[in-house]
Amino acid sequence: MSSILEVSQLKVAFGGVQALDLESFSIQKNELRVIIGPNGAGKSTFMDILCGKTQADSGEALFRGESILGLKEVDIAEMGIGRKFQKPSVFTSLTVYDNMLLACRMPKGIWHSLFFKINSEIEDKIHEVAKKVGLESEMTHLAGSLSHGQKQWLEIAIVVLQDAKLMLIDEPAAGMSDKETYRTGELILNLMQHHSIIVIEHDMHFVEQIAVDKVSVLVRGKLLTEGSFNDVRNDKGVIESYLGTGAALQLTE
Amino acid sequence: MQIKAVFKNYEYLLFLGVFLILLPIGYALDLVSVNTVSLWGRYFCFAIAAISVDILWGYTGVLCMCQAFFFCLGGYGIAMHMLLADKGTGVYGAVIPDFMVWNQVDTLPLFWEPFYSFPLALLTTLLVPLIFAMLFGYFIFRSRLKGVYFAIITQALALAMWLLFLRNETLLGGTNGLTDFKTLLGFDLTTSTTKLSLYLLSCMVLVLVYWGTKKLVNSKFGKVLVAIRDSESRVRYATYRVQNYKLAVFVLAAVIAAIGGMLYVPQTGIITPGRMEVKSSIEMIVWVALGGRGNLKGAVLGTLFVNFLYSIFTSLLPGSWLYVLGILFVVTVLYLDHGLIGLPAQIKSIISNKRTSKL
Repeated sequence: MSSILEVSQLKVAFGGVQALDLESFSIQKNELRVIIGPNGAGKSTFMDILCGKTQADSGEALFRGESILGLKEVDIAEMGIGRKFQKPSVFTSLTVYDNMLLACRMPKGIWHSLFFKINSEIEDKIHEVAKKVGLESEMTHLAGSLSHGQKQWLEIAIVVLQDAKLMLIDEPAAGMSDKETYRTGELILNLMQHHSIIVIEHDMHFVEQIAVDKVSVLVRGKLLTEGSFNDVRNDKGVIESYLGTGAALQLTE
Repeated sequence: MQIKAVFKNYEYLLFLGVFLILLPIGYALDLVSVNTVSLWGRYFCFAIAAISVDILWGYTGVLCMCQAFFFCLGGYGIAMHMLLADKGTGVYGAVIPDFMVWNQVDTLPLFWEPFYSFPLALLTTLLVPLIFAMLFGYFIFRSRLKGVYFAIITQALALAMWLLFLRNETLLGGTNGLTDFKTLLGFDLTTSTTKLSLYLLSCMVLVLVYWGTKKLVNSKFGKVLVAIRDSESRVRYATYRVQNYKLAVFVLAAVIAAIGGMLYVPQTGIITPGRMEVKSSIEMIVWVALGGRGNLKGAVLGTLFVNFLYSIFTSLLPGSWLYVLGILFVVTVLYLDHGLIGLPAQIKSIISNKRTSKL
């Protein structure tokens, strides 16, 4: 299998603090990668660089063989990288349906938008995705009236409809109930069939549910280790970085 | 079904009934003076400008503080044409407008030339704001200036343009502006028939602009505008080139405002730099805020309502107007989430809430 994203020597510093110093990182097509790490480890910064929100100081990032560093957000999004933010970002004064319609992959120029007419192909696609994320009965409601969890799902739906080849999902389960978290996990596992996905998450139960492939651990901007969920969970270095040296010793004794 | 549709659109029928039928009939029966008719004609021009503020600020979330400047670009354009078309009828009987004679200018400046013929003047008057907005907007939106910073820079533009137009060297009449128009397309501006025609024309252009912008905001383009207001970055990540959309709506708003100005000046008979002061642009924003931003009906209603009150209060209780406007504005900001246009729905929901709480 070919890798869809290859990153090497990626560095970015904010005011003297090395936020990210990633020697090498790559994910395969249709892989679901979970990134964990303590606060300030550079997880979100990594995603910010991949989607063009933040510029890297140096390094290389190839998406399907093409460099994405230095490109604008729109260009990167057009290439097929979709981002779901930690804080749900949806169009609150539009209906759920319109939110999804705007996201659909189609020409997005001004003239096209002016003379756009809905067709059954797009209609079907929207309903299919709405069903997938469980928002079918909310289509005519304003996105602003959705619950927090539903907004998260709507944002995932937006990224899916954009037809992103690589989805960057930042803390999808934050602020969700256990039941909603579980459903989100199911949803992400389902999306894996058609998309490559990187998920950042803190909730370890949730990580356990979705970590069917590799888990990467970032600590202070560096990649600490990579491996299956169990490998990572029992890794001494990981425990140390989360709980401190003393606790790690106690646990391993 | 038909009747239902008609009732649903009763606001439109009310508007057209009052302004296209009742007011002209009132005038024909001598119940309403031609000056009152003409006054409403001018309000319609303001309403056209208010629509331009609404598509920018209400829908796209771009608070632009120089719409009055674009309004004046339209006004100055038509004023220049009228002065040139009336050449030789001024106090000095000169080929050039009177104010140039006072300023010891003997030949017509080159940039006045296109305003001789009406079609060319019309075209130039629309093209100038279009090109200006395009250049200015291109650089502003490219550097992603937004929110308060955009408001400040457009305010600075309005101030700079006001200072520029105040100068005699600009050759646009300086502080006194342009005035003493006699005819438009050969029609005598002082006759009641011309005044009534201009009123009707303004009303029809307002209806047309309303209809066009309504179509626009209901299209997918309009939804993108609202999406930009809600979450600009999300729109960008959904592969829309936000700055192009903002630029398009900025240019369109500039042209619409200029159309309002073009209709306004023949009806008032004067255009001065005072009209493009920052204050005038803010007034337009107040009309939209009072009527209900993000709602085209609200923009029109707010403009007509505020200007109507203005003419009542300034004639009955001169000096009280600013207090009235201030109170209205505070009440709107505090209690009316969706402006005047949202008031009926707000009352309805309060009543139904009370009912359910009683049950």
